[in-house]
Amino acid sequence: MRTLLKLISFAGLGLTVIPSFLVFAGSIAWGTHATLMLVGTVLWFASAPFWMLGDGSRPTASPAP
Amino acid sequence: MSTIQPRAAAAPVSPQSLADRLDAINEFDREPVTPDRLQGPGSFIGLYAGEHLAGTEFVIGPLFVAHGVAARDLVLGLLVGNLLAVLSWAFITAPIATRTRLNLYWHLRKITGPNLLFVYNIVNALMFCFLAGSMISVAATAVGLPLGMAMPKLNDVYPNSVGWVLVVVLVGTAVTALAILGFEKIAAAGQVASPWMFMVFVAAAVAVLPKLGVTSVGDFWRVASERIWTGVPAQGVAKFSFWHIMFFAWFCNMAMHIGMADMTVLRYAKRWQYGFLSACGMYLGHFVAWIASGILCAAALGDVAPGPIAYLGAGVTGAATVVIASWTTANPTLYRAGLALQTISPNWKRWKVTLAAGAVTTAAAIFPALMMRLLDFVALYGLILMPMGAVIFADFWLLPRLGLRQRYAEWKSLLFSWPAGLTWGITLGACWAINAVWGLEIFFLGLPGWFIATVLYVGLSAIQQPARLQTARAEA
Repeated sequence: MRTLLKLISFAGLGLTVIPSFLVFAGSIAWGTHATLMLVGTVLWFASAPFWMLGDGSRPTASPAP
Repeated sequence: MSTIQPRAAAAPVSPQSLADRLDAINEFDREPVTPDRLQGPGSFIGLYAGEHLAGTEFVIGPLFVAHGVAARDLVLGLLVGNLLAVLSWAFITAPIATRTRLNLYWHLRKITGPNLLFVYNIVNALMFCFLAGSMISVAATAVGLPLGMAMPKLNDVYPNSVGWVLVVVLVGTAVTALAILGFEKIAAAGQVASPWMFMVFVAAAVAVLPKLGVTSVGDFWRVASERIWTGVPAQGVAKFSFWHIMFFAWFCNMAMHIGMADMTVLRYAKRWQYGFLSACGMYLGHFVAWIASGILCAAALGDVAPGPIAYLGAGVTGAATVVIASWTTANPTLYRAGLALQTISPNWKRWKVTLAAGAVTTAAAIFPALMMRLLDFVALYGLILMPMGAVIFADFWLLPRLGLRQRYAEWKSLLFSWPAGLTWGITLGACWAINAVWGLEIFFLGLPGWFIATVLYVGLSAIQQPARLQTARAEA
């Protein structure tokens, strides 16, 4: 299950970033890139919290600019 | 960003003395970190990468463009400045953090005494309020997008519309409410958002490159020099050189490395060399993200409002990123400001103090100058807290070599260390004088200031401990 969630997350990250390079290459329109980014974002946030949030044993950072 | 430090929300708040009030809030961190709680490098890679990807990254990159830095100066300045920041974490902060295993609060308390630490805590809290305020301003530029709100301009000091005020108040209220409810979930959301946020920065910049005339990788440097970082500042804005960029990149986190605030983080490191892992934050957040947001600014024809430029590159996702990036940083910042301010009035409940901190923060955020002058504010923030970092450095490394006692205030049970207090005040006064007399800009003051503070603290400690100095001389 954890592996599946990770796969979904990485697919989400891929959909977030890859379409921009296709816009740069002239393969897709900017609107398609924006839509795919949104889909990628939804996939990321729907899956990543379940495997990224561990046991709560990490140190916290200081607020920084 | 959940934590091994139990939150102070549960700390008792009815002690009598000033020292007791402060201690109650930091009670859970009193002891050095035990070996079983030390963390591997993975924790620090994630932590630093996440910490330095915030809403303010959307402002800093465009402000560099507005300040007319040339492309070559920007790239070289960021490379060198970020390297110096990493070296500061590695050679100044981490060695002391991994030897003492204490957070900044408890270590500084031994040196300054609790009353001076109280003052430091309040100053720090106010800085946190203004930092959170700038994040609220940044988020407001995205929230106001669908409402057609007039965006603040580069030289705006006062709010330019009723809409801006209403949106800032709306965002500030939401941020404050969440900080009152507890920021654990928001901090966790920040941790989850970091990898995605980095991708959004990169994607948004890449997607607008064709608009700037970049159609192949080979075009990039020419367009970067001619259309993005042109070397020509916007009207009414000072021109930035390589030195501005280098010193800004080095000192924008001065409070964390030279100022020693990240002792609180690095005390969990198994080895001092983990300080080098700050490079993940520097080169992802303060190199790639700043360059990306600069590209977006140029594509938006010099617009510096974060919401519109992020939308230009990434649509709704871009606007959402601005809100999330700001929110996830503003909340813990406001929460910590509330905790620090609680020491003033310990009988107030934490929610009331956080509400007051939120009100101050939101009031500050209404003024766009806080966001548009972010570079100056960040430099000032680091400069104000830096002298105490120099005091810690001198106390740890230099005083023993001169035969002077470390942590003298703790040893003598002093409430206020006058050498540390004078060092802080005189250093800031000296920096102000250097600025006023020689016109050295605020971005550069941290370097002479650190040496002034170090020498002052050693000298004043020698005056405070004459008997020990004479004994050391006799033994020598």
